[in-house]
Amino acid sequence: QGITVSGTVRETDGSALPGVTVQIQGTTRGAQTAVDGGYQLTNVPTSATLVFSFIGKTSQSVAVGNRSTVDVTLADDTKSLQEVVVVGYGSQRRQDVTGAIASISSNDFQKGNIVNPEQLLAGKLAGVSITPPSGQPGGGSQIRIRGGSSLNASNDPLYVIDGVPLDNNGVSGAANALSFINPQDIETFTVLKDASAAAIYGARAANGVILITTKKGRQGDQFHLNVNALGSLSVNSKLVPVLSADQFRDLVTNNTTLAATPEQKALLGTANTNWQKEIYRPAVSGQIDMSGTGSFKNVPYRVSLGYLNQNGVLKTSNFDRYSGAIGLSPKFFNNDLSVDINLKGTIIKNRFANQGAIGAAISFDPTQPVYQEGSPYGGFFEWVTRNADGTSVINTQATRNPVGLLMQTNDHNTVRRSFGNAVFNYRLPFLRDLRANLNLGYDLSSTTGQSVVPAAAAASFNQGGSITQYSQTRNNKTLEFYLNYVRDLKKISSRLDVTAGYSYQDFIRDEPSYASLRAEPRPVNGVLTDTVSAAGTPFRTQYTLLAFFGRVNYTFKDRYVLTATVREDATSRFAPNVRWGTFPSLAFAWNIKEESFLKNSKAFTLLKFRAGYGITGQQDLPTGLSDYPYLPRYTLSDLTAQYPLGGSYYRTLRAEGYDANIKWEQTEAINAGLDFGFFDGRLTGSLDLYQKNTSNLLATIPVPAGSNLTNQILTNVGNLTNKGVEFQITGTPYRREGVNLDLGFNITYNQNRITNLSKVPTPNDPGILVGTISGGTGNTVQIQTVGYPTNTFYLLRQVYNAQGQPVEGLYEDRNADGRITIDDRYRSYTANPKVLLGFTTQLTLRKLTASFVLRGNFGNYLYNNARSNNGAYRNFTNALGFLGNGVTNVLTTNFVNNQYFSDYYLENAGFLRLDNLNVAYDFGKIIANRYPLRASLTGQNLFVLTKYTGLDPEIAGGIDNNFYPRPRIVSLGVNLSF
Amino acid sequence: CVNDLDRLPTYDVTSASVYANAANYKPVLAKLYAGLAVTGQAGPAGRPDISNIDEGLSSYVRQYWMMQELTTDEAVISWNDGTVQDLHNLSWTSGSEYVTAMYNRIYYVVGQTNEFIREATDDRLSSRGFTPEELTNIRAYRAEARFLRAMAYMHALDLYGGNVPFVTETDAPGAFLPTQTNAQALFSYIESELKAIDADLLAPRTNEYGRADKAAAWTLLARLYLNAQVYTGTARNTDAVTYASQVIGANAYTLEPTYSNLFKADNNRSREIILPVAFDGLNTKTYGGTTFLVHGAIGGSMNAANYGVNSGWAGMRTTKALVNQFPDPTGATDRRAIFYSNGQNLEITTILNQFTDGYAVPKFTNITSTGTKGSDPAGDFVDTDFPLLRLADVYLMYAEAVVRGGTGGDLATALTYVNALRQRAYGNTSGNLTTLNLDTILSERARELYWEGYRRTDLIRFGRFTDASYLWPFKGGISAGRGVESYRRIFPIPASDLIANPNLKQSPGY
Repeated sequence: QGITVSGTVRETDGSALPGVTVQIQGTTRGAQTAVDGGYQLTNVPTSATLVFSFIGKTSQSVAVGNRSTVDVTLADDTKSLQEVVVVGYGSQRRQDVTGAIASISSNDFQKGNIVNPEQLLAGKLAGVSITPPSGQPGGGSQIRIRGGSSLNASNDPLYVIDGVPLDNNGVSGAANALSFINPQDIETFTVLKDASAAAIYGARAANGVILITTKKGRQGDQFHLNVNALGSLSVNSKLVPVLSADQFRDLVTNNTTLAATPEQKALLGTANTNWQKEIYRPAVSGQIDMSGTGSFKNVPYRVSLGYLNQNGVLKTSNFDRYSGAIGLSPKFFNNDLSVDINLKGTIIKNRFANQGAIGAAISFDPTQPVYQEGSPYGGFFEWVTRNADGTSVINTQATRNPVGLLMQTNDHNTVRRSFGNAVFNYRLPFLRDLRANLNLGYDLSSTTGQSVVPAAAAASFNQGGSITQYSQTRNNKTLEFYLNYVRDLKKISSRLDVTAGYSYQDFIRDEPSYASLRAEPRPVNGVLTDTVSAAGTPFRTQYTLLAFFGRVNYTFKDRYVLTATVREDATSRFAPNVRWGTFPSLAFAWNIKEESFLKNSKAFTLLKFRAGYGITGQQDLPTGLSDYPYLPRYTLSDLTAQYPLGGSYYRTLRAEGYDANIKWEQTEAINAGLDFGFFDGRLTGSLDLYQKNTSNLLATIPVPAGSNLTNQILTNVGNLTNKGVEFQITGTPYRREGVNLDLGFNITYNQNRITNLSKVPTPNDPGILVGTISGGTGNTVQIQTVGYPTNTFYLLRQVYNAQGQPVEGLYEDRNADGRITIDDRYRSYTANPKVLLGFTTQLTLRKLTASFVLRGNFGNYLYNNARSNNGAYRNFTNALGFLGNGVTNVLTTNFVNNQYFSDYYLENAGFLRLDNLNVAYDFGKIIANRYPLRASLTGQNLFVLTKYTGLDPEIAGGIDNNFYPRPRIVSLGVNLSF
Repeated sequence: CVNDLDRLPTYDVTSASVYANAANYKPVLAKLYAGLAVTGQAGPAGRPDISNIDEGLSSYVRQYWMMQELTTDEAVISWNDGTVQDLHNLSWTSGSEYVTAMYNRIYYVVGQTNEFIREATDDRLSSRGFTPEELTNIRAYRAEARFLRAMAYMHALDLYGGNVPFVTETDAPGAFLPTQTNAQALFSYIESELKAIDADLLAPRTNEYGRADKAAAWTLLARLYLNAQVYTGTARNTDAVTYASQVIGANAYTLEPTYSNLFKADNNRSREIILPVAFDGLNTKTYGGTTFLVHGAIGGSMNAANYGVNSGWAGMRTTKALVNQFPDPTGATDRRAIFYSNGQNLEITTILNQFTDGYAVPKFTNITSTGTKGSDPAGDFVDTDFPLLRLADVYLMYAEAVVRGGTGGDLATALTYVNALRQRAYGNTSGNLTTLNLDTILSERARELYWEGYRRTDLIRFGRFTDASYLWPFKGGISAGRGVESYRRIFPIPASDLIANPNLKQSPGY
């Protein structure tokens, strides 16, 4: 019969330390501390000793005696010798790490209305650029590690969850590969930035690797239930400035430049509608997560359930996610066999708003009402063409009523996904230094989606409404096996850590084809029919990856570390003679601190130099391409692209362009870094320099006319370089009992250049036009050119008059041929930021914690397409029988025609954003004096400092058009432990 | 497990398996023709044939029409897509996306036809165990593929001047650099190909509608010879007379009694069209082709429903130069004058963004000869076929070749042919001509063939395209019109191909 012991575990600064394992020594019984650092153990023998342990802290053992309260303070384990870092296929002691690896654990994550895992990281790590999603609910971020190393192929990093590399081909209807993971389930992120760390993932690692480990139960834990609830309010913070109804009426009626015809003037209405206000709303979202951890007999487990309901500020948009996860980590045979089972299941229900409403709200005539009595178009005002006989038909060329677009589109889908794996880790009883690791994983998903536009909707009124459907199933399998041998060779002061393994992955995607239907049947050749076009050819694709890999990690005198890895990778995507690739790496680290001259230094707690070289690859193809780019293929046309011969319609067979010799894209990278720590670990940081040269870029380029079966094919061409500097520093400038201030700062400079773009040297190659804008047909504003960064803007240099106003149609005649033509465009600036900056701080005042994340990009430019496409007098009137609104900027420029290629619209989009401001208060044990409660208030996207005039300066790709604005979000959250 | 790396597509077929089955040859042939009509495998858009341009714009017929018509007195366009205004201004550059897209379309046909011809050689066919009947059919398909390739090369010769890349079925697809040919060599090649396939092509009007027969090849030969002076510097008018006579003499094709029916939704029933590019509102959908020609020509106060579609795109009109070719623009005298003038100004002061300057030309419509609407109930896509080759042109080519001194024909017959067209136009003999000269022929060609993609070639052949001897509104970019440099008789080699293929040299002037 024992006693009940409780207490609180604190850090040296006095703040509560949750997640600490408290175990009764010699038993499997124990508990974890809650958010307030508190724990409670029942039936503790008075003779017992409690062991308090936590990663990164020195463990403490305390004899209980007769005390019912045992409070401890855990100090930082300054030597951190035991700290273990997750790496590809295994883990390493921190001191043995030679590559550029950054990691972040749950304590340091961003807080608030976090929907996708990667949002947890934003602004936290140097060299990792995370462009947060637009305002679309469930939207995913764009992640770039050390700039993009590819031109056309994927620039996404490889995600590895609990050891299973995910398919980068996203799930249809989902934002990205991570959107199925409940952020609450994540324990740590580890980012493998340089080639020496990532090369073990060979052909998929060219854009870096993000390793994610999910939370697990711990041996001996007592049952512990944690509940998180969060409610958020999102509000739209900014609208595109457009003419008001009165300004608009005045302009159409009186403006002499516009010189509207009487017919055009007659179209004016009497309403005063602010269309942008009509399409947006304040949106309330909520999420609730529960997780239980404990140990059943000898099986530690963690079970979690999550529900998230996110409403977007654009009316009708909604995202629902139900997620569940089970983790079991039993051990057998005297702990020689450990098994890790992770199962995750997620159901996502999306309702996509018709984002065409965003552009329509800018350009829709503000003098027209939202609703119109007697309108056959669902009651909405719509532009019609009146015929001489008084009848009217829908004007198909006119802008559609933005509210109608939203309300008359029901575009929704359901995605179900389950993925998981079982890892068997067996320490061989006869050879204790050797362990075998088998990882079996699966990833299944199915998506079904439908978009319904009713027959009354103007958008497809003539067709009788529309119903379009799609679905997708994915079936991915992983089998990986490796052996790991670790041996301390004390006699020669060496330590050897060797890994060798095999990997097999198979990916299948199926996308059936569906008929395109009417919402209401219409007569076709006299017969009522609901089919617009019958189903086309279904899509199915499969690829397989196979690899052998190995790593040797050798440490001499705990000072000199050498790591060599090699991976032999094969992919079914390339022809047999080129499908195998070798991806080696070599790295060296020197723990200078361990040298005799520094060993006793009080100032330095860490000083380590790292250098590495490696080659990684890329075999992911640009989206939309099949997995058989090397095969000559014939594809069948759909039923709507048949050709009649002799009165019979034939589905045609088309020969596809191909490159029989297509192969790996290859990135060669070097990295040199310095890790340092001062003042008892209160100031730590690292500095890294890197260069990545990518060759054999997988790019879609024009081929010489006549040499292939189409004008552009995917082939290996060109080289690209990224080089940069990363600096990260964290410090604790103030630390007293109960009061603590942590500061973190990171800055990244990345320079990106295309160094070659063609198979044959062509000195005057103007480049490849990219960056299609809205406005006109097929107009582009960016170019890929040798010697310039990717996606460099390519525009005409605007000439300004003495008053500083742009002169319409007057540009610098760059080629001095006496004429201003499209050939006078010049290259300048890019959408890629040169400098990324993150600043984080956390202040703890006893039970109150306040933190913020400030994030900035500099040297990046945006093409303001919202302005260029809506900023000319021609936007207001036209020959097509309707009026359109435009941005107020037209009153400044006085442009009559859209000047799509004017660099007037290219704007500096550098910014500093207060991403996150969080205040949390620890109420302690409130319910029956047992269950601790913690509450937090979070503001996200509170302000953006920028010169950019559009809605938001942070838009991936560099073209601001139809952007779903990021809302300002305020959230209130509570966390309760049982 | 290493064998798992040999993954094959499920729904697509590889070239080896396609040609093993005789039934697959016709769907491949259908694609060769469809390449002129639709823009990709999805219809109206999706899985495009050529990329780097908006898919709707990439239609062969649409591109060809813009190059041949927007550059002349017959058409202006109100849109401002990219550099489209450079076409009428005669100020395009080698970077023009239109210059590039037309070129890519031509080589798309060349590449696809080469692939088919390569796989359908007698050698290869003999190893595949086909029946004699299957072999006969496939040989005809092969001859038609060679016809289509010859026609594509002829467009390259006409539009780009012949100093263009040259590839045949002997060049397997890959990453090689094609060599540049010249006008004389290309001319000879087209000539020899069109003659060589004569045996394998079916007799005039015995082939299925939509497929080329001997008359199609002869018509193309007549056109080649008629333009030989421009293409090679040597006139071949006698040969033009020969082949035009052969077409007419076959008596297989006859004039459509009602002119306007040639451009309606059921024009596939016409016996005048020697080779169409076929479209269908339900099965052959594109935003190019006749869908573009019908919608694009409607604007202002025109009621789209009268033309069988749901909307006007308010794009193309014509200049007074064309209108004035007719005795009166109402069509009361010459029924070929299909203009819409209500609310339209004959004089053009503004081309851009304004439809009402210049008469509208609703020549192509989606209404059938019996007055019903085309098959697409939504009124988006059009059934009307584009007449690529038709008998009236052969009549006029005969007449012109004779007037230009070609032997083997005579002026009296020539006059009969021209008057046959005029009688159809006037409904009686009141419009009949008594003499022919080059000027009357050029005018007659404008009246008969306007908006059908002939005008630029005609103006060049008559020496009136670039210089100041003949001006039209906004020729050269100014409202009164002006002469431009003579090198603009041909379009430049697109900059993108000069980069991709260092074997190529730019045409003089560009």
